[in-house]
Amino acid sequence: MSVQPTEQEAIERSVLLTHEVGLHARPSVKLTKLAKRYTAVIAIKPDGREDWTDAKSIVKVMALKAKQGVTLHFKAEGSDAESALDAMVGLVERNFDDDGD
Amino acid sequence: MTETEDQILRLKGKRASGGLVVGPAHLLGDIIVRDQAPAGTSDDEVAKLRSAIAAASEALETLAATSGDMGGEILGFQIALLEDDALIEPAIIEIEAGTSAVKGWRDALDEQIADYAASDDDYFRARAEDLTDLRDRVLAILTGADFGDGSMPDGAVVVGRELTPSRFLTVDWHRAGGLALAGGSPSSHVAMLARARGLAMAVGLGDGISALHAGEPVVLDADAGQVVSGLGRDALEQMHRDVAARARQAEEAKRLLPLPATTPSGQRVITTVNVDDPGVLSEIPVAHCDGIGLTRTEFLFHDRANLPGEDEQAAVYRRLLDWADGRPVTIRTLDAGGDKPIPGLTLDGEGNPFLGLRGLRLSLARTDVFEVQLRALARASAHGNLKIMFPMVTAPWELDRARELTEAALAAVAKDGAPVGKPAIGMMVEVPAAAIEIDRFDADFFSIGSNDLIQYVTASSRDSAEVSNLYDPLNPAVLRLITRIADHGLKTGREVNVCGDMAAEAATLTALLDCGVRSVSMGYAALAQAKATIADYVTEP
Repeated sequence: MSVQPTEQEAIERSVLLTHEVGLHARPSVKLTKLAKRYTAVIAIKPDGREDWTDAKSIVKVMALKAKQGVTLHFKAEGSDAESALDAMVGLVERNFDDDGD
Repeated sequence: MTETEDQILRLKGKRASGGLVVGPAHLLGDIIVRDQAPAGTSDDEVAKLRSAIAAASEALETLAATSGDMGGEILGFQIALLEDDALIEPAIIEIEAGTSAVKGWRDALDEQIADYAASDDDYFRARAEDLTDLRDRVLAILTGADFGDGSMPDGAVVVGRELTPSRFLTVDWHRAGGLALAGGSPSSHVAMLARARGLAMAVGLGDGISALHAGEPVVLDADAGQVVSGLGRDALEQMHRDVAARARQAEEAKRLLPLPATTPSGQRVITTVNVDDPGVLSEIPVAHCDGIGLTRTEFLFHDRANLPGEDEQAAVYRRLLDWADGRPVTIRTLDAGGDKPIPGLTLDGEGNPFLGLRGLRLSLARTDVFEVQLRALARASAHGNLKIMFPMVTAPWELDRARELTEAALAAVAKDGAPVGKPAIGMMVEVPAAAIEIDRFDADFFSIGSNDLIQYVTASSRDSAEVSNLYDPLNPAVLRLITRIADHGLKTGREVNVCGDMAAEAATLTALLDCGVRSVSMGYAALAQAKATIADYVTEP
């Protein structure tokens, strides 16, 4: 499975991970579920990593073990790439909606 | 009496959730699967694995729908894992190379489990359990083994070494009588789940548990934290009668739940619930209680890599206040230390942690953490009847200092433009120095933590079986202190509540009423019986 969007067309956004527990089980479930709603290929990369990771795979996202305070980069390619990135960044900014009821 | 004492096996452990049950032992074994040669072509084996995974997903979805907040979250994570091709791909590759579905799946999962288990992060290490559950659930489907309760007789006492939360959730506990574990701890997630269901459960019964046979009748006396097997017919019949009588009594007591607790002489007794985890609230009708008498905020700090932030805490406190719908909600600030260590916060290697840096002492030593909690409480305070309580207060200056910090947090939140309320500020009374000189403490209310008070007054550890005969709630010194505190409350118009285990047992609750206590707090499972005890209470002449 290729998760490498071609450089020319892919768009990128970055966001600071402020959630206290980082990308643990519950945030990872939310992030990958949201990513799967888009047809775009979406990849994620915490600061300090070389490779991009498939943002639709809970196993791979959990394996990043990203902690609070790290910057997350998102890259998407596809017809709904723009809205996919808005959604991913929004979810991280809203602390994965953990604060609301 | 036909049996001899040496046929009787008595296993002593700890109470995790009270109750008395007699039933056939049902052994919850580990799933052991021998390697097998592939039965069909590699395509057949891949199809077999995929359909087993689909069946496992479906079973988890069904469980998640009926497991409440806490259970649903654990299972939701497992469902997401099963839906992920990245989890399954390594197994498929191995199977296509010629191994069986069973071996391919097990090898692939074992590798991931080892990876999580080797993590230096507590939280990630704990996820190894989820993967182990997934591995075994799918293996059980592939091999026709019993993962959950397929062969469990009705009313069984389920016996096992350890139990993970997700495995716990696979058992139909309406059919089972209780749970007895060789390992485990009363503060585990599984124990919390059992208490929320009112399921009898004992833990720490030790290796002796392997001597129990499947199907043999055993007595689980979870109140005493013990399991007894090898009883003769007469003794067993007597036990059955005791259990039936208790069940009738409990059923009758439930009728009192929607009513305010009142003594026969018409005195009202405030009955509130203790909350270990807000997940249980979905199972408690708020009209059954007078609010929340104790929230143990330690649950916010467990099983995680970082300390909980202000937003997260404020949201949880807000949720408790919303649930209580105007009734008082007492939230105790972090009571870490003692038997409740928190990595990165409590001190390691204290010689005597129960007499060390715990409760408010720790909060005042770590004001960075304390202030976050106080700000979160301040933010929630506008949304209901909040009462803030500090644990382990020993000297009046500690309470004064905590009050100052609370008032500063309220002022700071108000300055940020957020609405704040006027929460009452109270203290736990568990240290004898505070109990004896109670009038020197300027608290708006008092709450007696009977478990710690008994242990400090009798100098008997609450978790030592050897001195359990001295750890006596009815020791006159304990009762005299409680009476003095209740008198002081009555004289000065301050509420005096008891929130330890003494409130949850009929005999000790009666003693509390004798001492003049008119406000008690306990787990919801004990509430019906407590209301019945209060309704039958006759004042000492």
